[in-house]
Amino acid sequence: MTTQNLDIKAFLDQDQKKDLLRLLTCGSVDDGKSTLIGRLMFDSKMIYEDQLSALERDSKRIGHAGDEIDYALLLDGLKAEREQGITIDVAYRYFSTAKRKFIIADTPGHEQYTRNMVTGASTANLAIVLIDARYGVITQTKRHTFIVSLLGIKHVVVAINKMDLMDFSQEVYEKIKADYESFVAQLDIPDVTFIPMSALKGDNVVEKSERMPWYKGTSVLDFLENIRIVSDRNFTDMRYPVQFVLRPDIDFRGFSAAVASGIISKGDEILVLPSYKKSVVKSIVTYDKELDQAFPPQSVTVTLADEIDISRGDMLVHPDNLPRVERHFEAMLVWMDEKPMNLSTQFYIKHTSNTTKARIDLVKYKTDVNSLEKMPVEFMQLNEIGRVVITTSKPLFFDPYKKNRQTGSFILIDPITHNTSAVGMIIDKLDSKNLASRITDVDKEKIAAGQSLIQTEDYQNKYNQKGETIWITGLHGSGKNELAFSLEKKLFDNGAVVVLIDGSSVRSGLSRELDFTPADRDENQRRVAHICKILNDQGIIAIASFISRNDSLRNQLAEIIGPNRFHLFYMDATLDYCKNNKPELYDLIEQGKTQYLPGIDLEYEVPQNAKLVFKPEENSQNIEKVLDYLAANKVFPHH
Amino acid sequence: MEYSLSNLRELEAEAIHIIREVAAEFENPVMLYSIGKDSSVMVRLAEKAFYPGKVPFPLMHIDSKWKFREMVEFRDNYAKEKGWNLIVHYNEEGYKNGIGPFTHGSKVHTDVMKTQALLAGLNKYKFDAAFGGARRDEEKSRAKERIFSFRDKFHQWDPKNQRPELWNIYNARVQKGESIRVFPISNWTELDIWQYIRLENIPIVPLYYAKERPVVEVDGNLIMVDDERMPAEMSAKAKMRKVRFRTLGCYPLTGAIESNAETIEEIVEEMMTVTVSERTTRVIDFDQEGSMEQKKREGYF
Ligand SMILES: Nc1nc2c(ncn2[C@@H]2O[C@H](COP(=O)(O)OP(=O)(O)O)[C@@H](O)[C@H]2O)c(=O)[nH]1
Ligand SMILES: [Mg+2]
Repeated sequence: MTTQNLDIKAFLDQDQKKDLLRLLTCGSVDDGKSTLIGRLMFDSKMIYEDQLSALERDSKRIGHAGDEIDYALLLDGLKAEREQGITIDVAYRYFSTAKRKFIIADTPGHEQYTRNMVTGASTANLAIVLIDARYGVITQTKRHTFIVSLLGIKHVVVAINKMDLMDFSQEVYEKIKADYESFVAQLDIPDVTFIPMSALKGDNVVEKSERMPWYKGTSVLDFLENIRIVSDRNFTDMRYPVQFVLRPDIDFRGFSAAVASGIISKGDEILVLPSYKKSVVKSIVTYDKELDQAFPPQSVTVTLADEIDISRGDMLVHPDNLPRVERHFEAMLVWMDEKPMNLSTQFYIKHTSNTTKARIDLVKYKTDVNSLEKMPVEFMQLNEIGRVVITTSKPLFFDPYKKNRQTGSFILIDPITHNTSAVGMIIDKLDSKNLASRITDVDKEKIAAGQSLIQTEDYQNKYNQKGETIWITGLHGSGKNELAFSLEKKLFDNGAVVVLIDGSSVRSGLSRELDFTPADRDENQRRVAHICKILNDQGIIAIASFISRNDSLRNQLAEIIGPNRFHLFYMDATLDYCKNNKPELYDLIEQGKTQYLPGIDLEYEVPQNAKLVFKPEENSQNIEKVLDYLAANKVFPHH
Repeated sequence: MEYSLSNLRELEAEAIHIIREVAAEFENPVMLYSIGKDSSVMVRLAEKAFYPGKVPFPLMHIDSKWKFREMVEFRDNYAKEKGWNLIVHYNEEGYKNGIGPFTHGSKVHTDVMKTQALLAGLNKYKFDAAFGGARRDEEKSRAKERIFSFRDKFHQWDPKNQRPELWNIYNARVQKGESIRVFPISNWTELDIWQYIRLENIPIVPLYYAKERPVVEVDGNLIMVDDERMPAEMSAKAKMRKVRFRTLGCYPLTGAIESNAETIEEIVEEMMTVTVSERTTRVIDFDQEGSMEQKKREGYF
């Protein structure tokens, strides 16, 4: 017993050091997925036992069970489900060899199970794509491979199965390999390995087959046991998303997290997002011992040299290597919910340890998972994959998913059902200059919906005016506000019911959280347009004075308010005039202290369809021009 | 330096992440503690997660009042030594009415003293998240269980209504009354558990180790005589045999296996040969006395 005891100890000590590989299997029905997994699980137990018994003096020989075993039976869970019509889902299977432990995410291959496959792929380092040698590369193969690349799996084993039915022919293998290679070139998968195989007969599954001497590679298991995956992790960009603030007593203040990427070391200078405060890592604490360094996926607790206010959702990074800190970004989204996407829903977004709110601004396209064609759509439905623009209410600290799986992924949670409605992979921030204006068709629909019981004519008769909007566009400092204020006064004096909306009044309340990026400028004006619409609906004249930098935006404002009620006036001032008139902002931007000012670093498009054009110098005549215009158009007075 | 973790350390890191996530996202979590080896591992992971602080939520043991005496003793000593905030909850009414497996059968007993007691315990303290030590490799039907498993107001699990779970981002949103069961050691196998217990020196109930114990053979199961509540005609047939337990629960419902394994190493060794043998039960029902692994193997091959 004693010698044996020593041996088992040695065995366990060795076994304890093995690492973990998470993989995904994909294939269509009957490609042999269950047979392969069953054989891997079954045979690896055998290997284990072989190893173990080899340690024993009286090593017992284990006979193999013969060819009659149906390996697929070992995991008939899924089959039973299919027959019973129960939800088919991701099943996780486990097996070990002395070198590695394996977690297999076993997912069904049909298109209606795309979301299951996406789920299984999200944690996998490697995917086995099964191909039936009789049929070669088919649509499903392409769909599966696309999902694998979308989820950022770097290693693919193309297992060309059922070679026994094709006489173990090298030609068949080469043809399939060539087909697959030409297809996969358009996707981003750095490492593809082809293995001809018979899952049923065991060729090249665990042992190398003698029936395919032309194949020079390794068996599937051999490959899985030896492939290097550590280097797939991002060890470059330190991201430490604070998960839990640990404060057991007044002397200890630690920030717990799973290191998302990069390496955090004792003594490192760190920067805290979003406060941008700096400090130094004082210690890295774990239950077992203090560490000098922590790396992904370790879960540790960090203390800092300074007392800084840090809470869950904040992120520690190295000051010379920041993630994106943005509210707008583009992402590939997979829709997981039975309930289709609704662009007006404000979702919860969970990203690392950070939760905030998010809206989907628009769907750029959806990708047909079979043809990989991009198709324009308004919204997405269950199992669809598409590219979207998202805006969050607080900035997220992210990296593109391609660079960093941990900080590039997120989920969207429905605010009412709390379902995980969608999952996403961030492509990158959206250059604010190119950000699509967030006025969408959904707004138009909503506008159509509301109806008042008072007729338009009733208002018109009562106020002797038409509830319409005067929208004055022009550069900052062009004198549009002066015109707007004098106009309001004049109309009021003449008996009109009129409301003036200018930037500062809106910015101080209604749009308080918006900044001056192009997207936020547009959002601000979208809100103003909605106010104008409401006022106009109640018969009131609205005067709005905003820069409104281009036709695309102005047309959308007109859409919200109603094109017939929207009167665009243009204050045509030279840039010199503007700078003279209101120098503060222009000075700031010259000093590089601010950005995004139309006419300077953002284009200002002169409106082509303005109803009236003014020069600021002529302000007294300008009022008269407007009054004449309003009278001629029966806006005021109406009768 | 190679920045890589062993399987066990990776599983450990994952579990700590999950446990912290629950502590951060829920108002009132609890860790269900069954005294078994899996919960012992889970509790150690919780201690690690909040070190040097204390575990910020209570543990709860649902006591069916039919646990092995050694389990209860172990529980009380260990909890005291560790200073845990341990709630022991049981079904008082069931206990008063003398519900037990010998008199009421295992089904009624399990329902009243375990399931109902658990639900009542969760309701009593209004826990919105409960950690459990279940593993996916335990049985086929668990292979698809989520790590965050959603339960409605009635603690029901609806397989159609489980949330997709991607990366390590867990959706922890619940309405009032709803809850989540959390399984931080989902991805551990039985071998991982034993390896970890060995690596970390985690104390376990001595019943896991083989020892001469008084057992009665009932329908091919070896049932230990743990107290005088076993009917006299049954306990009269008890014989001393060297046995151990692979799982622990209510003593009348938990069969022992004959074994010589007195150390973790020996348990693992037996276990790994058993694993192979388990498949043989597919063909022939070996669920009978004393066959042991060796016999099973002989019968199969
Ligand atoms: N001839 C042959 N048949 C196979 C092979 N692999 C699987 N099969 C058979 O193909 C059928 C489907 O296999 P299964 O593993 O259930 O496929 P799954 O639907 O992908 O899980 C079964 O009848 C298997 O026995 C193989 O390599 N050669
Ligand atoms: Mg199958």
